[in-house]
Amino acid sequence: MQKLKHFLIAGALVLVVTIVTDLFLRAEYLLPVQASLQSVPIDWLFDLQFRIISFLFALITVPLIYSLVVFRRRAGDTEDGEHIEGNTNLEIAWTVVPLVVVVAIAYIGAGNLAEIRRVDPQAMRVRVIGFQWDWRFEYPDSGVVSNELYLPVNKQVLLAMESPDVLHSFWVPEFRLKQDLVPGRVTEYRVTPTLEGQFKVRCAELCGVAHATMERPVIVVSQEAFDAWIAQKQAESAAITDPVELGKRLVAQNGCAACHSIDGSAGIGPTWKGLFGSQVPLADGSSAPGDEDYIAESIKNPNARIHAGFQPNAMPQYSFTDVQIANIVEYIKTLR
Amino acid sequence: MNKGLRGVIFLLAGYALGTQLFAGLAFFVSGTYNPFDVSSWILAIVVGGLAMLYGFVGADIFKTALFKGLAGQVVGLLAGGFFVTIIRAIMGLEPFGRFGFSEPAWVFGGFVGTLTFITGSGIVTDWFKWSKGEETPEHHDDPEGWRKYFGVSLDHKVIGIQYAVTALILLLFGGLFALIFRAELANSGRELLTFQEYNTLMSLHGIVMIVSILIGIGAMMNYLVPLMIGAHDMAFPRLNAFAFWIAVPASVWLLSSLALGGFDTGWTGYPPLSARAPVGMQMFFLGVWVAGWSSILGAANVIASALRMRAKGMTAFRMPIFIWASLATSIISLTATQLIGLSFQLVMFQRLFGMGFFDPAKGGNPILFQHLFWFYSHPAVYVFILPGLGIISELLPVFVRKPLFGYRWVAMSSLGIALVGFVVWAHHMFTSGMNEYLRVPFMYSTMLVAVPTGVKFFSWVATIWGGKIELPTPMLFVLGGLVVFLMGGLSGPPNATVSTDLHLHDTYFIVGHFHDTMFGGYIFPFFAALFYWFPKATGRRLNETLGKVQFWLLTPSFLVKTFLMMYVGMNGMRRRIADYDPALGIDFLQLLTTISAYLIGLSVLVFLYNVFISLKNGEIALGNVWNSRSPEWQVPSPMPAHNYERDFEVVGEPYDYGLKGSQYVKFEESGD
Repeated sequence: MQKLKHFLIAGALVLVVTIVTDLFLRAEYLLPVQASLQSVPIDWLFDLQFRIISFLFALITVPLIYSLVVFRRRAGDTEDGEHIEGNTNLEIAWTVVPLVVVVAIAYIGAGNLAEIRRVDPQAMRVRVIGFQWDWRFEYPDSGVVSNELYLPVNKQVLLAMESPDVLHSFWVPEFRLKQDLVPGRVTEYRVTPTLEGQFKVRCAELCGVAHATMERPVIVVSQEAFDAWIAQKQAESAAITDPVELGKRLVAQNGCAACHSIDGSAGIGPTWKGLFGSQVPLADGSSAPGDEDYIAESIKNPNARIHAGFQPNAMPQYSFTDVQIANIVEYIKTLR
Repeated sequence: MNKGLRGVIFLLAGYALGTQLFAGLAFFVSGTYNPFDVSSWILAIVVGGLAMLYGFVGADIFKTALFKGLAGQVVGLLAGGFFVTIIRAIMGLEPFGRFGFSEPAWVFGGFVGTLTFITGSGIVTDWFKWSKGEETPEHHDDPEGWRKYFGVSLDHKVIGIQYAVTALILLLFGGLFALIFRAELANSGRELLTFQEYNTLMSLHGIVMIVSILIGIGAMMNYLVPLMIGAHDMAFPRLNAFAFWIAVPASVWLLSSLALGGFDTGWTGYPPLSARAPVGMQMFFLGVWVAGWSSILGAANVIASALRMRAKGMTAFRMPIFIWASLATSIISLTATQLIGLSFQLVMFQRLFGMGFFDPAKGGNPILFQHLFWFYSHPAVYVFILPGLGIISELLPVFVRKPLFGYRWVAMSSLGIALVGFVVWAHHMFTSGMNEYLRVPFMYSTMLVAVPTGVKFFSWVATIWGGKIELPTPMLFVLGGLVVFLMGGLSGPPNATVSTDLHLHDTYFIVGHFHDTMFGGYIFPFFAALFYWFPKATGRRLNETLGKVQFWLLTPSFLVKTFLMMYVGMNGMRRRIADYDPALGIDFLQLLTTISAYLIGLSVLVFLYNVFISLKNGEIALGNVWNSRSPEWQVPSPMPAHNYERDFEVVGEPYDYGLKGSQYVKFEESGD
């Protein structure tokens, strides 16, 4: 009778604690806003998991704390506890029931995965290049290249992602999805944004020194605003003919500023301010004139002549054309 | 002069000298002198520590195996390095690199240095003699006092303590790294560390803690397995000493990466990044490779001992539950460790010889590395936790005075976790770009881990339910470990289902999750074991009040820390970043996390203080302190050199608390 009372009280407490924990775990602040079609089933699965977690949390902690309070050894008691070696039926129950539950969750999880991977053959393609340590987005339909990912709302987009150097990972927390970029192959990321607004893509795979800074805006707008943005970018692009401006744009698109400052401040690579025309100290103790040849060579083959105080192999290889390199050099020349 | 005072003075002087020694070396190599260089200030701890030892014990320290080994290691490193440098000069290659030696010279020097450590310290002397046909005595008597801990001992208890102290030293290093970079993370913006320093400290925190855990479980298994099975020592005492000592040069290589440019890949060392990192990367690979030998050989010894050397009457299901846990762990270590050594070795060769195993430009595949790496490194997490869970199962019955509920099920659940652990590795790769459909079977297999883990939890709760619970410090750590491991377990399934993991992967949620499993499965049980068996090793008890202070400092701050980690992770905080976006609005939570981390650090200092004073003045405890049924507590403490003077026979069940007149072991009559 006494035993039954303990079980009943603990059982009731398990119920209460389950409900309270569940309220806490499924509160709104626990996840970022839902900004994609795919985030809806994912959050549904989160909710299901939270319910099970709440119940299991209560199921273990309540009897534990209850025992500590109720069954704690009283002062002066030197007796041992009751000799109970186990109960095979109970053990079978708490092996088989969890087995069924976890297989069910995995089954549900597989269906959930299929749902978020649903393919729209009409999806808009964007080429994503993640590199140390920046992002570049290329729209093949219009030829637009940008460091900001503009996306039209309510339309599936297929990001075809490439990396020229190391692993990166494309993650927008509000979209809930994440996919690594692997050198030597193209990986896919499908998402249907459903909420207009500005988010950020954050590189989630450690990619070297400045990994932390590898973030870029992701801007979801209406179809009209998106079309307008494309048109504007095309017009801007056509308007630039000055080599300095072309070079400046290449620099922005390729994230050179992640390592090379233009204001003389220290970085992973040498600053460009005052580089042209200076005498560049080299790692081997000699020096070189900071002319067109030196700068062009350092872009093509960064390890050829290393600036003193900087590491070799820090700069990735870029596949610029000679004209592009000349434009970049023209831009650097202006940074006095 | 008082020895203690002299030690402290030498420590401070050695440390100050060490900072400038390493800063000066850096100047010699790179041409820039920074007296406050983080790496120099960390490496100087080693110099300060050695100086302190010299201050304590004088010139005798130079005669110890530890010192001879370390000296041999330095000589071997230089000899190997110069050898390659000369060869390169003859071949017309660039003989020197950015850090003095070229990279191949450092790596070759590292291998030679490992061998010269082994020969210098004398752990292979007996084997050399045998190979020449010379006889050596079965046992070598250990010197008295502190010397035996710095020398090559074949006594598993001495080796166990050597393991434990090494684990604690590495724990302090790993913790120090964490505290340094946690200070950087206390608010957004970068103030203290450069990116490279941050990444190196973060990466080293991971691997140093992992090696510390491997050595810590080595401590528990070495000390306890022979005592619990009634053996006089491990099956292969010399192999046992070898497995411990090889971990010392491994630890030195890991720390040395700090001086060689560090490495910025995290402990996972994924290529192509690890193929481009500074030379420090190679010392990391070398350190892990060598530490792997320690794991493999130690595991072989534990398995052989547990299978062949049990006392009369100790059938499989009458073994103490910790033996089951040790067996399960050792099966994984023995069979999986090769894979991490191999995967790192392949990257090492890719860097040294241009072999493009993982280089897509040469037909290699970066994802192949991840499969090889996780094929060990997932089962490895069960290596870390199974002994700890064994400690929880072992101590619970003692402190609730009830049998372990469902002993056979708990024993089998350890093997179950070990076996399932082998088929779940690719759940670390759901976002990696591996074959998309491969994710589904790994989701199923990963969810299965919950079943044997659940059996453990339910059995523990059923053991506690209705028991007569006492709460001395070891029991507090057992219960703390149980609760913390529960948090780790419950935060697991959202990472197992693919679609939710697409959000959680590589965020701070994971960081919170695995710190819960590591603390619940290792740190808490390790402290429980230290408090519980300290009297067995020393004849004195650790201070209870300080133990409770430590526990109540550690547990709440740890739980706060991991909850915050999981919360910020779900809201957009990525792993392994030196700085974070202030727009996330988590600056205050990060500050709280940092404060919690410092409280955890403080709790460890309380423990060290406790050990320090209890060794000298702790309450004397020679008997069965905890009123346990286990054989090692049936004889007086501390345990003599070859354990039991009289053999025992197992005549009952190990955990029959509450069964009047029952006995687990019966010692043979003396005088036979």
